[in-house]
Amino acid sequence: MILVIAEQQGGTLNRTSLETIAAAQQTGSEVKVAVPGADVSAVAAVLAAAQVAEVLCVQAPALEAYTLDGYVAALAQVVQDERPDHVFLPHTYLTRDFAPALAVRLGMALVTDCVGVRWQDGALIAARPMFQGRLLADVATSGPALVTFQIGAVRADSLVGGGAPAPMRTVTVAIDAGAIRQKPEAPFREARQAVDLTQAERIVSVGRGIKEQDKVEMARQLAAAIGAELGASRPICDLGWLPMDRQVGSSGQTVAPKLYLALGISGAIQHLVGMKGARTIVAINKDPEAPIFEVADYGIVGDLFDIVPAMLKELQG
Amino acid sequence: MKIAVCIKQVPAHDWQPRVNDDRTWVRDQDASFELNEPDAYALEEGLRLKEKHGGEVVVCSAGPARVAQALREALARGADRAIHVEDDDLARGDAFAVAESLASAMRDEQFDLVLTGLQSDDQGFAQTGVVLAATLGIASATIIMEVDVQPGAVRVKRELEGGWFQFVTLPLPAVLTIQSGINQLRYATLKGIMAAKKKDIRKVAPPAGLASRQRIVSLYVPEKKKHTEMIGGSPAEAAKELVRRLRDEARVIL
Repeated sequence: MILVIAEQQGGTLNRTSLETIAAAQQTGSEVKVAVPGADVSAVAAVLAAAQVAEVLCVQAPALEAYTLDGYVAALAQVVQDERPDHVFLPHTYLTRDFAPALAVRLGMALVTDCVGVRWQDGALIAARPMFQGRLLADVATSGPALVTFQIGAVRADSLVGGGAPAPMRTVTVAIDAGAIRQKPEAPFREARQAVDLTQAERIVSVGRGIKEQDKVEMARQLAAAIGAELGASRPICDLGWLPMDRQVGSSGQTVAPKLYLALGISGAIQHLVGMKGARTIVAINKDPEAPIFEVADYGIVGDLFDIVPAMLKELQG
Repeated sequence: MKIAVCIKQVPAHDWQPRVNDDRTWVRDQDASFELNEPDAYALEEGLRLKEKHGGEVVVCSAGPARVAQALREALARGADRAIHVEDDDLARGDAFAVAESLASAMRDEQFDLVLTGLQSDDQGFAQTGVVLAATLGIASATIIMEVDVQPGAVRVKRELEGGWFQFVTLPLPAVLTIQSGINQLRYATLKGIMAAKKKDIRKVAPPAGLASRQRIVSLYVPEKKKHTEMIGGSPAEAAKELVRRLRDEARVIL
């Protein structure tokens, strides 16, 4: 049996949980889904529409707001009671916060950021990226493992629905609220973002290959010439060369423009998840093996400092 | 305030990994190595906290002999001393092997605060900091964008997804995994490099019976799923052809 740990906050399901359930279904094993929270009945009803054996509402007042200690205490009890062969989770920021501690508590392996799994001689083999997505590794564990799935690696629309809603069961967990060390405050958003890249029809985005802050101007000119917004990969914003609201990727904005033109972006997975939905993707990069070419419709291997000025000339000529 | 910063040495960004003969690791004999970039932000944050609150910054790393170079770099940037759990196998170790190695060397030091990057640019587990905290029995928080040390506690700003943030307060000692971009990095000065030569790197053997919980059975280049039209020629020719295709074929520019 595969136990999927679904994610909700404030009664709203994180839809990546559906991708994880689909991944579990595709193993051919029996699938159960556990969703932790204070009152998760509404979320559980959504999850029960999937073809799964059972949905477990893992409830305790102390699970109202997410805390690492609360989640580890609750989920360790559930895993110990249910004894799944493996536990699947979406590779979200929330999972990244608690799953390693849960693995320590349970003495299990934790295989993160997986893009697919298969059985081989009765053992689960998980494929995960390494070296910034340049290579994939098939990974085996000796016993039950926690396996987290990269967002978008399995399509949520491949989820198989059940004929009738799956049975739901409330699991009341005992949590000592006083033992929870993390004291969380309410989540908030920074002052409204000045730039909404999600609405842009075209985006010219710069990465590490731009090399110097002064060179960003060249990208700005290209963006202006084709009526595009300027975007960037994380390192450029980390360096302060462009503000954080220009960032495309898992920690920035997820965009789906008509045209996404990537200049000197190698294509680390954190960036790809934010832009691979673009209709037409162009990559200009000096490294022919950069992962960005995996998702590009058009590619030029070369020096962007030669190619971009030539494009400007062509566009203006 | 006694601060530990856990760092990893990883192959340089521009190095092209090639799979070895038995397809279980990369041919890294010819690689150049550098300080894992996310860990550089953790180091910078540690140095800033020391400047504000006093105390010392101890850099810790688990890996082969070459790792001493990354530790020396951290010392040159301003760390006070270093601990090196030296073992060749740790280069391929999983987060549990590395965290247990670090924990065994760090336990007696009684650090107030342990910082590390949120993930490494080689294996990219994004686990080691939290596993280290759980192994040491102390609290942790991940993907941190702001650190405010208070008496006996630390209030941190966690990055959530999609532009959301949250403040969380944890008791000290604690482990924090630092998000890249939390600060602007400093680089080593000549004076720092000279001073680093006299600083102590304590070498420690890994604990006995160290084992990874996952192993690589096969390493390979990902299969390409999408057809990419590669456009060749001189820069001028390639630029012209690309503009033509975007106008006439994809019809995404005017």
